[in-house]
Amino acid sequence: MVLPVSARAKATRRSPLLGVCTLAVFAFLYLPIAVLVLYSFNKYGVGGFPPKHFTLDWYRQLFRDVSIWDSFLNSLLVAVAAVVLALTLGLLAALALDRADFPGKSIFRRLVLLPLILPGIITGLSLLMFAVFAGLQLSLLTVFLGHGTALISVATTELFAGLQKMDRAQEEASLDLGATPWQTFWRITLPNLKLSLIAAGLLIFTLSMDEIAVTFFLIGRDNTLPLEIWARLRRGITPEINAISTLIFFVSVILILIWYRIRTRSIGKEVHELLERP
Amino acid sequence: MYSRAYKTVISLPPLLWVGIFLLLPYALMFAHSFWLVRDGFIVHDWNLQNYAKLLQNPIYAQVLFRSMRIAAGVTLLSLLLGYPVAYYMSFHAGIRKDLLYQLVIVPLWVSYLVRGYAWKTILGSEGVLNGFLQYLHITHEPVSFFLYSPFAVVLMLTHIYTPFVFLPLYASLEHIPRNLIEASHDLGASPRTTFLRVILPLSLPGLLAGATFAFVLTLGDFLAPQLVGGPSSIMIANIVQSLFGTAYDWPLGAAISVLILVLTISLLFLAERLEKRWSFR
Repeated sequence: MVLPVSARAKATRRSPLLGVCTLAVFAFLYLPIAVLVLYSFNKYGVGGFPPKHFTLDWYRQLFRDVSIWDSFLNSLLVAVAAVVLALTLGLLAALALDRADFPGKSIFRRLVLLPLILPGIITGLSLLMFAVFAGLQLSLLTVFLGHGTALISVATTELFAGLQKMDRAQEEASLDLGATPWQTFWRITLPNLKLSLIAAGLLIFTLSMDEIAVTFFLIGRDNTLPLEIWARLRRGITPEINAISTLIFFVSVILILIWYRIRTRSIGKEVHELLERP
Repeated sequence: MYSRAYKTVISLPPLLWVGIFLLLPYALMFAHSFWLVRDGFIVHDWNLQNYAKLLQNPIYAQVLFRSMRIAAGVTLLSLLLGYPVAYYMSFHAGIRKDLLYQLVIVPLWVSYLVRGYAWKTILGSEGVLNGFLQYLHITHEPVSFFLYSPFAVVLMLTHIYTPFVFLPLYASLEHIPRNLIEASHDLGASPRTTFLRVILPLSLPGLLAGATFAFVLTLGDFLAPQLVGGPSSIMIANIVQSLFGTAYDWPLGAAISVLILVLTISLLFLAERLEKRWSFR
């Protein structure tokens, strides 16, 4: 669209006040994290000002901390399993919402997305009652069931968006030329969704590694990393917690940025709504 | 184009899974809310006693209203912070748009616990803020009202939910056809009038969606009051948590959860209806 020069000038008019406000909001979003990172190098405690005597001692202590690493491995196990479960069911759910008609479809859609918007305590507690009802011991298995089920919501929205962007002609051609739906799924649909699947998997992995509200009610004897940290917060805090938080932050940032890059490549740059309704 | 068998194969597993692991658990929560605890055991004795307790003891209403006040505060502040950023990015950011967008997306998905913990270290009585104020000789001894107050909870949750509010707001601003804004300018409306009569009304669906996220998620939060809130900012979900823990009264806890669930779903439903009415499509 060609705009008259005056209109274009107006539309992109500079607005210093707004710029300053935006800057202030970004400062509000990032300053606390910057402080957290800074104090992970502080020799004496997590507070006080100014920070004195920079040291890597807290990181050394962290790397020797067996229970932190055990809980990290637990989280890793849960997250990988949750990614597999959520992607499998999310892919099927996205396909079903895209191309099948069945009674109660709109209720199904709302139900799948519900854990994304519902406070974690509701999902966590209802699954706790389910575990007791089904005679399941609380363990990493129940945590995995909770994460996997809750994160189907994320997988469904992400993969549904990917399906919308896919070129249907290839699937139609494949079916018309006599390939079975099964062959078409493995040779056409899945390869076309590869990037969306990787992107969704990364996001689900990050969210599962960091999850705390649902996990809180489903945890057995073995802690996940966020719950191990949570337990330590009650016992008095040292900059070791800052150190592990700093690592979590930077690893999350890297994963999220990779997710974002892949996502823009697979489904384009248009802005997404958090609960883009399939 | 797709065969019946194909459609069955793709719909059945997710339908079954969601039925067993989402619908059934929610149904169990409803069922529990009509049961009772007797001699330390849950008895399946259907009645309305739990709901009667919620009405009779004023503490529940008090805490619920406090939670709603805190949620309203978080919603309002997140909108106040999120709107200017969304507006700036949509209309003024130019080539920096993508970078700024990523800068909001990152805190959206980064660990709740890490960000909550950061506030704990800042607001604590031995915290960074107190140290800073004493360093500047503004105060001489630690001030304790930062941490362990409803204010701290509002501040922390505003930090967490501002990106959640930003996203739908930004999406709705990006959807506004630019020629409407030009038409408004060309017909002689001041920028203020254009904002109030064109941009703001058209961004209402996003504003509503963002406000719903912030309100609903704050209403069910039980971690922030424990991290930075203290006894004066106990929220409704903390009561549920203790009923499921040491107090051991699952049925009563389930009744409060049902209350939160119903409140949440009605708000979502209402927001969806309003959004449809206000949408420019």
